[in-house]
Amino acid sequence: MTPAALTTQTPQARRTPPREQGRDSAWRPQRGMNWSSKTVVNLVLVLFCLYTVLPLTWLLIAATKNTSDLYGTPGFTFADLNLVDNLIELFTWEGGTYFRWLLNTFAYAGLGSCASVAVSFLAGHAFDKFDFPGKERWYGFVLVGVLVPAAVTTMPLYLMASGIGLVNTFWGVFLPGIASPFGVYIARIFSSSYVPKEMIEAARLDGAGELRIFLKIAAPLMKPGIVTVFLMSFSATWNNFFLPLVMLSDSDLFPAALGIYTWHSRVGADPEFAHLVVIGSLVTLIPVVVLFASLQRFWKAGIGSGALK
Amino acid sequence: MLTATTTTQTKVARRSRRRSGTHALLFLAPFFVLFISFTIAPVAYSGFLSLFTEKTSGLGFGGATKAFVGLANYLRAIQDSGFLSGFLNIAMYCLLYIPVMIGLALVIALLLDSAAAQAKSFFRLAFYLPNVVPGLIAAIIWMYLYTPGISPLVDVFETTGATWDLGSQLAALFSLSNLAIWLHTGYNVILFYAALQAVPEDILEAATVDGAGAVRIALAIKARMISGAVTVATLFTVVGAMQLFAEPLLLKSLSRAIDGGWTPNMFIFQTAFDRHDFGYAAATSLLFAVLIGGLSWAVTKLGSKVNS
Repeated sequence: MTPAALTTQTPQARRTPPREQGRDSAWRPQRGMNWSSKTVVNLVLVLFCLYTVLPLTWLLIAATKNTSDLYGTPGFTFADLNLVDNLIELFTWEGGTYFRWLLNTFAYAGLGSCASVAVSFLAGHAFDKFDFPGKERWYGFVLVGVLVPAAVTTMPLYLMASGIGLVNTFWGVFLPGIASPFGVYIARIFSSSYVPKEMIEAARLDGAGELRIFLKIAAPLMKPGIVTVFLMSFSATWNNFFLPLVMLSDSDLFPAALGIYTWHSRVGADPEFAHLVVIGSLVTLIPVVVLFASLQRFWKAGIGSGALK
Repeated sequence: MLTATTTTQTKVARRSRRRSGTHALLFLAPFFVLFISFTIAPVAYSGFLSLFTEKTSGLGFGGATKAFVGLANYLRAIQDSGFLSGFLNIAMYCLLYIPVMIGLALVIALLLDSAAAQAKSFFRLAFYLPNVVPGLIAAIIWMYLYTPGISPLVDVFETTGATWDLGSQLAALFSLSNLAIWLHTGYNVILFYAALQAVPEDILEAATVDGAGAVRIALAIKARMISGAVTVATLFTVVGAMQLFAEPLLLKSLSRAIDGGWTPNMFIFQTAFDRHDFGYAAATSLLFAVLIGGLSWAVTKLGSKVNS
């Protein structure tokens, strides 16, 4: 969840049109490119592609095996196809606990990211468009927050949460993830480069309320920023394993990763858990892959501004 | 007429400024309430805790009593080899993983940007894929791929005559580095590739006219033009890498070289939740936070210098 200060590049990045289309054929010396160097370049790319994709392919193949084939057959060859059996077992194991974990993950990451987007953009909009005493000092305070690693707040959070009865509740994991100083930082940048001040002034003169201006005028203009912050927050929550590990002991509240971790720690005692871990890992990945693939054009643009992750 | 308009405008401006103040408060309140409760308060509480030590009486029955110890926890931390060895492990991990990852990402991004590359869109998607895998699940996948009998990798390795032993310190470092390289290279490829798109065309054109070859253009011009992005990405990777936790926690079961306090984060976790030494855990985590905060601050400074 490393914040990337590269976001400061956003305005410049926007001014530079993507040169991907058209340019290559427009001027590049295609004739000078000989056959062998073309092969080498693409061969290296294919090799790297194998490196990124093969472990996931292994997961896909392993998910079709039962435990004895998982350990008894080579990783990249198929054995008896047990995919459907594995899926049924996964979703019915211990009264369908895995399905609950998936729902929890969506609640933590999905709802949490929506809340994070709302909170960040309200604040970012206020910092960019409102005038109030001590504005830059407050903003400096937010930026200091970017420097605080989540790893450090987790232990005191647990102790505080146990003081007020938030330990082992949904809120104990949900609430701490919402306020993101880095999200506010990005929101302010997007507000200043995507929402013209004059537009806000005009709406004010027309008598529109501030919340209405924010929702109807500013927010739609900042859509790429909103998707960027959403994805950033989503993947941060999705990846956050430390906080739920500390906060939760009731397995009904676990996110999928923590649930899979507890299954994994039982493999030693009962190897049958191994294939549940494998199929569970695969199923956990599918929603994120779908989410990122469907929002591809947003993060590919957002990543140019370095705002993602 | 003109003056009338100006006064109305000033009035409106003054009114809107006053209005702005109240609205700013309402717009900022949700963030600051959550931020102060869940980030600032825990840090402050940590500071408070770090000055105390919990003394349990006898078998621990009857609860623990807090005793004020001043800076003793901090003094203990800077002399504690268990805590400091975590930094050493992280330093070695960073030295092994980061140069390889950044170098590889740069090479792949330059190749992807070259005219010879085909199917760029497909490659970008495939390269990005590992980035959406949570570290814990990546660790599970690679743990199997490090297991003899399952993984062709191990078979290939053993044909060289060496024995596969994940138990050694070096093997643990290599396994964790490979895991991190797999997770993060693709993301940085996409990042560098995006930066390469901003390299002005006329410079590249001029170089071509001057007779520079594709390789030379890539290394002498393109790589240099995106060096800012590379520097910032490197430093951010360091800050992220220092917080390593889930992956070694999982690989611990496979490698005896990794103990419960192998990284600073694991050490803090172990101190707090296995040993219930919250005062000491708070002190170590604050020291760790200062280090990471300092590094992040340097990154931000450097980042803004690079960008301006």
